Amino acid sequence: MNWNWEIILEYFPRLIDGVWVTLQLVFISGIAGLLLAVPLALMRTSHRTWLRALPFAYIFFFRGTPLLVQIFLIYYGSSQFEAIRASALWSILREPYWCAIIAFTLNTAAYSAELIRGAIQAVPKGELEAADAFGMSHWLKVRRIVLPRAFGIVLPAYGNELILMLKGSSLASTITLLDITGAARTIIARTYTPLEIFFAAGMLYLLISAIMIGAFRLLERRLNRHQHYRGPEQVSRVDPRLAE
Amino acid sequence: MTEKKPALELIDIYKSYGSLEVLKGVSLSASDGEVISILGSSGSGKSTLLRCINLLEKPSKGRILVSGEELELIPGKDGYLQAKTARQLERMRSQIGFVFQNFNLWPHKSIIENIIEAPTQVLHKSKDEAIARAEKLLDRVGLLEKRNAYPANLSGGQQQRIAIARALAMEPQVLLFDEPTSALDPELVNEVLAVMRSLADEGRTMLIVTHEMRFAREVSSQVVFLHKGQIEESGTPEEVFDRPKSQRVKDFMASHG
Repeated sequence: MNWNWEIILEYFPRLIDGVWVTLQLVFISGIAGLLLAVPLALMRTSHRTWLRALPFAYIFFFRGTPLLVQIFLIYYGSSQFEAIRASALWSILREPYWCAIIAFTLNTAAYSAELIRGAIQAVPKGELEAADAFGMSHWLKVRRIVLPRAFGIVLPAYGNELILMLKGSSLASTITLLDITGAARTIIARTYTPLEIFFAAGMLYLLISAIMIGAFRLLERRLNRHQHYRGPEQVSRVDPRLAE
Repeated sequence: MTEKKPALELIDIYKSYGSLEVLKGVSLSASDGEVISILGSSGSGKSTLLRCINLLEKPSKGRILVSGEELELIPGKDGYLQAKTARQLERMRSQIGFVFQNFNLWPHKSIIENIIEAPTQVLHKSKDEAIARAEKLLDRVGLLEKRNAYPANLSGGQQQRIAIARALAMEPQVLLFDEPTSALDPELVNEVLAVMRSLADEGRTMLIVTHEMRFAREVSSQVVFLHKGQIEESGTPEEVFDRPKSQRVKDFMASHG
């Protein structure tokens, strides 16, 4: 076998360009997906049946079909409608970049909404009762107690979801985007060195995952700092001022 | 001479879960500065009664008045009473301090943040004012040095003292204690009781569900004994502890020393 390091070095700048595309796909759809997931999760935990049912079909569809099919539906599907082609939306939907971001956003929002729903339901009931007992309104309770608590609980699982999305983003290459995988395939079409270039691409994905894992660990330490036990607590005595 | 309105008045409270009747018409009145202990064996409905006062449990029937203001209740779809307006319920809840058996501090907030949360967010006090008051209360319960700690770093007794400080920060008209020492190790019970005793001494109106008989006898102005959702006996501590009329109360006192 003839391993060619030079070919990796030569085309490395092209792969790095792909890294930027991949990062944009993951972070733009990650943030948009999260913003969409929070209201969906709140609807899923509502006491009202119709509010709970509303996001169900959406979540069911996006969790139950492959991401690739979703990307194709949005990219190829939208051009089939004359109404869309005539509308202002077309300037967005004809761009593979935005189609990929829309597909990833909708996909990750569906998964994240379920994760956040689970976290909201995992907030101990007593902490909510304490908020009620102090006269907090429903939205104040959601804003000050439920969501901050749920974010702390969901963080490890959400880090996992983001890493799955990083890898899922390679599907964007199927609609002509030059993300890491897309760039690798274009290079290989010219050089016929799949082993070296896919190896380099794999390493880049690995590096990004490693950075994401580290970032989430830091965030977790910060958000969940209250859970870190600070050494044995001595049994306190009654303050002398209170003793009679 | 006009009679002063009671700080808290419960009239004919009923509560059932399905066919199980937990409260069968309990009425109670606490004048200003009174300390009422509610005793009874488990399942007698004493915690449910306390939780009905601020609608943590919805009663099936009854009236609730705080300082003469009646909480407007209307029947809900589930058959229980619910507050007519969320606004009145929230305002009345903010005037009723509630101390839970399991403390229920918010673990993602530091001790000082736990205490200023409701004063700043519900009563819209300024942060500086709330912090100044919180520090006084922390000093009072002997935990000022814990102001920046998190609940998980504290012992159960310390957490309960913080929970009491948190309730006091709202300057409530009435304080309700739902078995405040039942989740504590025996050696931690006294530090919580000492704080409660000091509150009783300064004339706070308090309703206490407890199993601490000696404490109840010492601090209460009135003792209520619940049995199967009804008041079996009530009176001064001397009457209920030393000269109980009902055989059930006699048996209970004998077994609880």
